[in-house]
Amino acid sequence: MNSTSSIGAGGVAASFILIAIAIALSMRDRLGLERSIAWASVRALAQMLAIGGALGLVLADDAPQIWSWLWVVAMVLIGSATIASRAKEIPGLFSLSLAALGSAVGASLFVIFGLGIFPIEPRTIVPSAGMLLGNVIACTVLAARRTLTEISEHRDQIEVRLSLGQIGPVAVRPHVREALRTAIGPQIETTKIVGLIALPGTMTGLLLAGVDPIDAVLVQTAVMFLILGSVAITSVVIGGGVARRLITADHRLVLPAHASG
Amino acid sequence: MIVTLRRRPHFGTSEQVHQTGLLGTADPAALFSFDGVRVERGDRTVLDLDHAVIPIDGATAIIGPSGSGKSTLLRLCNRLEAPTAGTIRYRGNDLAAMEPTELRRRVAMVFQQPVALGGTAADNLREADPTLDVDRIEDALLRVGLSAALACRPARDLSGGERQRLGLARSLTTHPDVVLLDEATSALDPGNAARIEDLVAGLSIDGITPIWVTHDLDQLRRIARNVLVVVAGKVVQHGLVEDVLARPIPEVDQFLRGEER
Repeated sequence: MNSTSSIGAGGVAASFILIAIAIALSMRDRLGLERSIAWASVRALAQMLAIGGALGLVLADDAPQIWSWLWVVAMVLIGSATIASRAKEIPGLFSLSLAALGSAVGASLFVIFGLGIFPIEPRTIVPSAGMLLGNVIACTVLAARRTLTEISEHRDQIEVRLSLGQIGPVAVRPHVREALRTAIGPQIETTKIVGLIALPGTMTGLLLAGVDPIDAVLVQTAVMFLILGSVAITSVVIGGGVARRLITADHRLVLPAHASG
Repeated sequence: MIVTLRRRPHFGTSEQVHQTGLLGTADPAALFSFDGVRVERGDRTVLDLDHAVIPIDGATAIIGPSGSGKSTLLRLCNRLEAPTAGTIRYRGNDLAAMEPTELRRRVAMVFQQPVALGGTAADNLREADPTLDVDRIEDALLRVGLSAALACRPARDLSGGERQRLGLARSLTTHPDVVLLDEATSALDPGNAARIEDLVAGLSIDGITPIWVTHDLDQLRRIARNVLVVVAGKVVQHGLVEDVLARPIPEVDQFLRGEER
């Protein structure tokens, strides 16, 4: 590994020059963001140091592998809580998110390790799951919100379909479909332009760590495919789940009070 | 003989419901009956019916001030709305025990705003019956006075009046016994409103009973034989239209005078 793999405390301190520039710009243009930028930066540093310390224990050569899996479970739980907190207008979103993230991470890790893309080791388990979760949380929130919005905005059409004797899941299907297109679309676009406009995180990290570019590209490609698959899984699970919560057993549409207009 | 309300020992004095010009009969004369039906939203009681009946014979109109609960009463009839308490019967059968999708095909609904579903006019009709062939689609359009040539037109390109007639055709595709019309002409110009009224009046030949919600007293006189007046969630007077209009109780008289202005 060459010297770029370790930047040291001095390197991190030097990178704070850019934070100082951001704060200076905020002050010059009176954006009032100086405290927020400073707090976010310090908080990020503290969090990353804490995570780094914990990861050091989990990823140690003699650490039991169960710790890595427990770490993944904790990430899924925290991710679900994060999603639920970002879309509080949707009732019962935590359990839905748990199902969505659990399905996506489960399926992805099965492919990663079942097909031998990566060896099953602590240093691959935790980063793989973390990378997937980091990429799917935003789209999961989007899928949940869009599903609620689409159904709320098209209440008249859904009630027409229900009044024709259609069952609830069929009546909402066109609108759930539209919500899922919206939620999955950005990830498809990101996948299309990968490498052309933006160098993705995994590849950048590997290149900075001195890995051969072709190896970095292959790993990144596998990761992109896994992320796209995970985004599709979480969106479908969350979209279908939200829709089911808005339809009663007797096929009526019941919207949360603040969403029914 | 028409009955819109059957008095019971617990009913009458407290509710101050007035029956005008009608003789009492047994419930077999009831198309819909409502016993102890209450609809609550949060801490607000939207509808509170100790006992009320929509008669089986002739068109019925439900009138009342805005927000009085008349649309809610209509939506209870095909279970787009569920009561918080009480029993609703359709031709003597407990609505709660009936399969909602089957009920809705027998008790169709036309909504206030003309709703065009996606696709062509033919696609809209197939939402009610996917097996419809070209001949039956043309028949359905002609039945509501629409040209058969509209079958291939996108439904959203139709005018408001055409969309509402398409909505009526769509509802009739399920061969209902009852059509619920929730202010179905209020969004239309007088010409199109008259067309809808004529079409609905003609449905009685096919044995289809219309139940209208309206706030238009002239329309009430034209379309209905029976009327239920709903004020503040309660049926305060009912009977033959001409009798109720001739001898309104003070509460109804106040509402009628307001509408006449």
